[in-house]
Amino acid sequence: MADLTPAQRDAYWRKTSRLMWTIMILWAFFSFVVHLFAVQLNSISFIGFPLGFYMAAQGSLIAFVVLCFWNAIGQNKIDKEFGVAED
Amino acid sequence: MANTTKSTFITNLPKIYGGYAGGFAVFVIILAIAEQMGLPQKIIGYAFVFLTIAVYAYIGILSRTMELSEYYVAGRVVPPVFNGMATGADWMSAASFISMAGGLYLTGHAGLGYVLGWTGGYVLVGVLLAPYLRKFGQFTVPDFLGVRYEGNTARLMGVVVLFCASFTYIVSQCFGIGIITSRFLGIPFEVAIFVGLIGILVCSMLGGMRAVTWTQVAQYIILIIAYLIPVIWLSTKLYNLPIPELTYGQALKDIAALEPKLGVVKPHVGAYLDAKGQFSWTEFHNFWALVLCLMVGTASLPHILMRYFTTPNVRDARMSVGWSIFFIFLLYFTAPAYAAFAKLEVYSNVIGQRINELPVWVQNWSQVGGLLTIKDVNGDGILQLPEFVINQDIIVLSMPEIAGLPYVISGLVAAGGLAAALSTADGLLLAIANALSHDVYYKMVDPKASTMRRLTVARVLLVGVAIIAAAVASTRPAGIIQMVAWAFSLAAAGLFVPLVLGIWWKRTTSAGAIAGMVCGFGLTLFYLIATRYFDMPLWFGIRNISSALFGLPVAFVVTVVVSLMTQAPSKEMQDFVDSIRVPKGELAWAKGTVHD
Repeated sequence: MADLTPAQRDAYWRKTSRLMWTIMILWAFFSFVVHLFAVQLNSISFIGFPLGFYMAAQGSLIAFVVLCFWNAIGQNKIDKEFGVAED
Repeated sequence: MANTTKSTFITNLPKIYGGYAGGFAVFVIILAIAEQMGLPQKIIGYAFVFLTIAVYAYIGILSRTMELSEYYVAGRVVPPVFNGMATGADWMSAASFISMAGGLYLTGHAGLGYVLGWTGGYVLVGVLLAPYLRKFGQFTVPDFLGVRYEGNTARLMGVVVLFCASFTYIVSQCFGIGIITSRFLGIPFEVAIFVGLIGILVCSMLGGMRAVTWTQVAQYIILIIAYLIPVIWLSTKLYNLPIPELTYGQALKDIAALEPKLGVVKPHVGAYLDAKGQFSWTEFHNFWALVLCLMVGTASLPHILMRYFTTPNVRDARMSVGWSIFFIFLLYFTAPAYAAFAKLEVYSNVIGQRINELPVWVQNWSQVGGLLTIKDVNGDGILQLPEFVINQDIIVLSMPEIAGLPYVISGLVAAGGLAAALSTADGLLLAIANALSHDVYYKMVDPKASTMRRLTVARVLLVGVAIIAAAVASTRPAGIIQMVAWAFSLAAAGLFVPLVLGIWWKRTTSAGAIAGMVCGFGLTLFYLIATRYFDMPLWFGIRNISSALFGLPVAFVVTVVVSLMTQAPSKEMQDFVDSIRVPKGELAWAKGTVHD
């Protein structure tokens, strides 16, 4: 493996895990939490859509795409910082 | 293929596929002109089905190979954007293309559970699994279980789960291929399935993963064009704006205004409503249960995970997950627009009309057996809503006619549906055959087999599995979308926990993982079979398409408890896990693990 000391390796994994949890929490929010309130949100209108319907049809999907790219870019930064990015 | 030619091939990919997309557009335009000049519809249907299959077969034959790494992982040269497109086609099946918009038409908000569940799972794939499986760098998903959990027991369990999930899934795809081929070629369903089978095999048999990858990119391009064109056309016609994703908000309002007049008690946009239009906790729980099972299933299905074995490196695997969900998103966020436009059209131009003056498309489709029925129950000569019954699988296929588009667009949609079903069937077939040839035959039965022999066995198994799947599908076992949802639950309960914990929790032991897989998968399978075939009452009202809701937590708890009760994995195994977590550097293989 790349030349990391055990301490560096732990630090690397801590940062990676923090990014993982951040994204997982946002994922859970857009997958479940928002939709628990679909009935209430439907009384709000957003660009012509009832908001509860909109979030399940488009809003959460956009969030998923953003989260996937965010994860890729964020992890690349961590890899570079620790010198373990591939050439 | 030498390295230099490979790299010119890769750098030329945008040009090759750009030319291909352009060529396809020219083909559609020529057919459109020919239609205006009187070309019969039957010929147009034939042209779309045969020409597209011929193109896939051509790519499949060009990509033939006798190298193991080409056959199993496409030589690991697939750039992230193209792997994203291939994953999109691999992912979007007959269920997404044909049935999903129809489901949204019939159930409104409840159908959005599929839209959410079939997209959000990629976040799990990208964050928890894909980069680490790529770093692991072997051929199959059971490979990972076999190495991480030291032995053939875990590997075999992995193969069993993979087989059950993927086989259920592939049967549903053969079913979809049968429907489309029989309708557009005018041949019986049972024969059509075997015609489609040839279409599947020519893509995958000679070139394995390499051939499947490059045909899937071609299939993605066709399926996305075919899905978007009719709905963009309709959006422009209704609201003068070619962006259906924005304009269908107005369609939803128009539907809501018509609903009370037609006596609809369950509004299209209403959330968690039962058949009477009242809020229902059972509907509420089934919604999130389905979303969870589909998402976790996404991150467990081997035919998807193995696509990320084909990128050049770990960074590209991560990026490629982003591109995958982007390409999938393009179809999924359009599907609800399809449903809304179709519903508006039916509510405003079909219901309430005199039955002998209905639009032409209604008359055309009501002649196709049982998919659309019109019955004048009260005999007043006017169509009421309950007198109009439409099958969910024909909404997308009939959309071009609903919108009054030329028949060439119907042919295009059929080609798109066929591309979706073929590409998924190919990915699944390869996942099953690779697991049997690599994990069972090579790793367990004959570890000394030569390359030649391994590839021959792989191909024989591929053909065998394909024929059995088509034979099962010809018995019409269940609806497309239901079979697909079962496959997701089976995969989720059996594979998600051992894969994720194997990477993220070093303390996971072999005994823990195996016990978790057996209990989680066993419970899910039991619930599915008992409720479907033995009339067992539902637990908490959860439908069996979300069976993994029970198996998944059981798998998790059993894995953790048994792991803590058994001796921690060896230092070497922990070092191996460490080396998987870091993109750069060699893997620290634990002693005694067999690998190539």
